[in-house]
This record gives sequence, C-alpha cells and structure tokens, in this order.
Amino acid sequence: MATEFSFPDPAAKAATAEFETEKMSLSMGPSHPSTHGVLRLQLELDGEIVTKCDPVIGYLHRGDEKIAENMTYNQFVPYTDRLDYIAPLANNMAYAIAVERLAKLEVPARCQAIRLITAEMARLSSHLLGLGAFGIDTGAWTVFMYTFTEREKLYKLFEELTGARFTTSYSRIGGLQRDVPEGWTGRVDAFCDQFLPILEEILALLTRNKIFMDRTVGVGVITKEDAIAYGITGPNARGSGLGLDLRKDKPYSGYEQYEFDVPVGTTGDSYDRYLVRGEEMRQSVRIIKQAIAKFPGGPWFATEARKIFAPPKDKVLTSMEELIQNFMIVTEGPQMPAGEVYFEAENPKGVLGFYVVSKGGGVPWRLKIRSPSFCNLSILPKLCVGSLISDVVAILGSLDFVMGECDR
Amino acid sequence: MAIIPLERKPLSLAERTYLPAILSGLKTTFKRLLKPAETLEYPEQRPAIPPGYRGVPTLVRDPNGREKCVSCQLCEFVCPPKAIRITPGEIPADAPTAQVEKAPKAFDIDMLRCIYCGLCQEVCPEEAIFLQNQYSMSGYTRAEMVNHKDRLYELGGTLPDQHFKWDKKKAAAEHGNAH
Repeated sequence: MATEFSFPDPAAKAATAEFETEKMSLSMGPSHPSTHGVLRLQLELDGEIVTKCDPVIGYLHRGDEKIAENMTYNQFVPYTDRLDYIAPLANNMAYAIAVERLAKLEVPARCQAIRLITAEMARLSSHLLGLGAFGIDTGAWTVFMYTFTEREKLYKLFEELTGARFTTSYSRIGGLQRDVPEGWTGRVDAFCDQFLPILEEILALLTRNKIFMDRTVGVGVITKEDAIAYGITGPNARGSGLGLDLRKDKPYSGYEQYEFDVPVGTTGDSYDRYLVRGEEMRQSVRIIKQAIAKFPGGPWFATEARKIFAPPKDKVLTSMEELIQNFMIVTEGPQMPAGEVYFEAENPKGVLGFYVVSKGGGVPWRLKIRSPSFCNLSILPKLCVGSLISDVVAILGSLDFVMGECDR
Repeated sequence: MAIIPLERKPLSLAERTYLPAILSGLKTTFKRLLKPAETLEYPEQRPAIPPGYRGVPTLVRDPNGREKCVSCQLCEFVCPPKAIRITPGEIPADAPTAQVEKAPKAFDIDMLRCIYCGLCQEVCPEEAIFLQNQYSMSGYTRAEMVNHKDRLYELGGTLPDQHFKWDKKKAAAEHGNAH
C-alpha cells in the first residue's frame, strides 16, 4: 500500500505570502488635482482604508511674515492678496482694519461700507469656488462650470472697482485705493438680483441629489468638541453646529448695522459644510443688498489722518506741503504709534487674524498671520483615519482650504 | 434671529431612485443650452477693459511732448517686488525744459517681477507713470521682458495734463517771482 506523499509546493507558498496584507504608503500630492493646490498627504493604507494621514505643508511658503517686517504697511497690501487668493478683498480689509486698530483710527462710514460690500462679494466668490471644486471632487462637473460663470461676473465688478480681477490690493491704511466708480453699486445690486435664482439652480443640482449625498453624508464628521479643540473656524466650524461668527460676535466695519443669520449644521459631516456654504451665500447677498440700500456718502478715506493716508493726487501736484507729505508717507510709511494689536476678521475660509507689533514708525516690527486654512487642516490626521481613500478627496473638498494662506 | 440650524429632511422614496435629481439636472442643462455662451473666443474676441484698469506700467508725456518723469525714484522705492530701476540724469542747462532739472537717463521695468499692484502710479508726484490697458506681454528671453525707457514711452503715449506744473514754474521764473 502506497503511503500518501505530497511534495511541498514552493510556488503555492509564495502565492499565499503575496496575499498577506501589508500597509502601503501613498503620497497624495503636492500636485494632485483634489488637494486644491500644493498640499501633500502622506497616507498609509490598509487596502483602501486610510490608517494614517500625515499632511505635509510648506510647498507654497514665501515668508510673508518676515517680508512684512521689511516694508511699510501699505507696501504689504499686495502680499495680503496672496494669502487667501480666492478672496483677496476680504484679506485686504482684515489687514487694513488690524493696522488701523493699532493707530486707533476710525475710517469714515463710506469706506466701511465699501469694504464690507467687497468682503461679502469676496465671500460669494470664495464659496462659489468652494462649492464648484467640492462638486468636482465628488463627481459633479457641471456645478463648477455654473459657479465659475457667476464668479466671472464678480470678477468683472472687482476689475471695475480695483483695476485688477484677481490681485485686488484695494485697501490702504486709513482708506482705500480709490472710490467706487460711477454706478458701480447699482451694478452690484443688479448682480445680486440675477444671482439669487441662479444660486438656487446651482444648489438644486446637489442638495437633494442622492449621488452627491452618498458621497458626503456621514463622511468626515467633525464633532463640536473636535472643532473647538482643533481651533476650526468659519463654515467648517459652523457645519459642526458651532454658532461662531465674528461678524455677529465682534462686529467690525459696521456689520452690526445689518441683519443676517448665521447658519449652523447639525452633524458636522461634509454635507453639512456644503449646506452651510450654500446658506451663507444667501445671507451674503442679503448683507450686500442692505449695505447698498443705505450706502453712505462722504469721504472714502480718513481725512484727518494726515500722517497715515497719502494726500489726494491733485494736491500733491500743486502744493508743496502735500508733496512733502506724500514723500514722507511713501518713504517712511504710515506713522503708527508703538504698541501691539490683534485683530481677527471672519473671512470666507474662517478667522483670519493679524497680530501686529509696532515700535513706532511706518514698518511693523513683527506681523503674525493666523490663517484659517492652516488651523482647519490641522484636523486632517484625525479626520481621514478610517475613511476610504476616495472619501479623503470628499473631505478635502468639503474643508475648502487655500494653500496660499496655509503656507503663507 | 441670528443662528439658524440647517435641517436635512430624509430623501423620499422617489428621490432615492436617483431619477428626480437626474431629471431636474437635465432640465437645468437644457435650459442653459439655449442661453448665449458666456465665454469669449479669446485671441479674436477681446474682453472690454474698464477705465482705471491696472495693466502694464508705462511712462507718459504731457501734451507738449515733454517727458513727465523727473526721476525722483519714489516708484522705485515703493515697488514691493523691486521691479523698477531708474538711473537719474541731468537735463542740460540749455534745453527748453531746463527748469525741470532732472529726467531719467534710464528707466527699466522688469515685467517678470512686476505684480501690477499699481503702487508706482499711486505714489508718483508727477503723474508720469500709469498702468494702462495692455494686459498681455510675451517674449523669448528674460532680457526681452525688461521694458526700457523708449519702450515705456512708446507704450504710454500722451495723457492729458491738468496742471502743467513745470510750465507754470518756468513762466513764474521768467516773471521773476519764483518762490
């Protein structure tokens, strides 16, 4: 009787070893279309599940804070455009108000109203891009096309107001680059009127769309506690149910005069963040329309601040006194008292803070920028773990960050 | 009042079939299909440029053909990316505009550095530098992208002058009542 004998099969053994799962490391970005710029995520994957997420930032670092120490306050305004470059007008405003708080300078009502209108328009522009890009990330191309059509109309208005579509550099310490052109507020009002039905049309493509909801509901849930612990602000915090909005809590630039609501989400998932952005756009339109309805006249720069805001061009050309002043303000910088100030504004992406330390004179001794995207991204290592790799894309889209501001 | 929670109703049975969203989406698409295009066929069609646009910086002359720049170098100083370089020069004493005393010998703007912020135009005490309509520049070398003085005047042309400050000054000097 033959005994059963089997030869060991080395090939089969190798095959089973091959199927033993091993963690895979995947580098997502810095030039990945859904990382919205140059964010790099060092992911560790178990199959399709993310087990570790390490954000690598700094690819867009330009040293803005150090640059600020080497130039006058007004020269830094173009650099603020390049923080959150989706909403440069809001950055311009936040920076100007921060420095004005240092000088204890009040700008006239007209200047405040213009800044407020432009900041809300910047919010529209930013949220439109946020929604459009979120749509692409979750597989809805059309939304992006429609939101960009609206952004183009906004850009036309920015171009008319500031002379540039993208890098607006509109604020100056103690005023603005120039007054609003003739009939501009009317055109903004007309834009708002035609925008509301289109906004509803765009949101209708996503809000009750099961494909979109399947990708976003319950994905990337940020609890209230986490939102506070990680310092998350803006629509991302409001999506988690935190009713934090500096426009209500610490009004600046005349926000207290206008009626608007702060939308908050209920669960803190990606879908809630989408809903909050949609509703915030409706509220922004409400604010703009109110501001235009009672648009104040009067001067558009602080006329009494002679050592801060450059004199009008007409005077510079004809009068020696003003000519000297112009030279002094440009070369020495707007004269600030010694001291320090921290001001934060509710930007489209969250709370943008400027901490300015001055030792007197026209150049900041230290300027620290608290950028919302940087703080909002800090939760990624926690948020992405346990989710599918395709959900990481949806989470990034829902956080709506800008690397120009994160890396600064 | 201030804070409004956003409600989310569960999807109805019909909505869970994906169909209503698809149909309403298609409706939107077809409605948009009939609208005129929002895009431009760019090189052939050009967008309208509003007044006060910040395009390529240029130097301008006054209506009498005198170059306005007096090379005070304020724009060079203020330029955040340091794109401007000016070499000041004397105006010879026998020139018709000798009262101005100075004019730039060389005036270079490096368009690879320029960020079109418009601070140079804003600070200029002579209204000599203007950011005008031109928005597209191209060149094959870095050297080509530096606008020299001649090119700057060619781009700038002549702009109306409200004051004719230096002409007034000359007239005053001839009358012997200069300050």
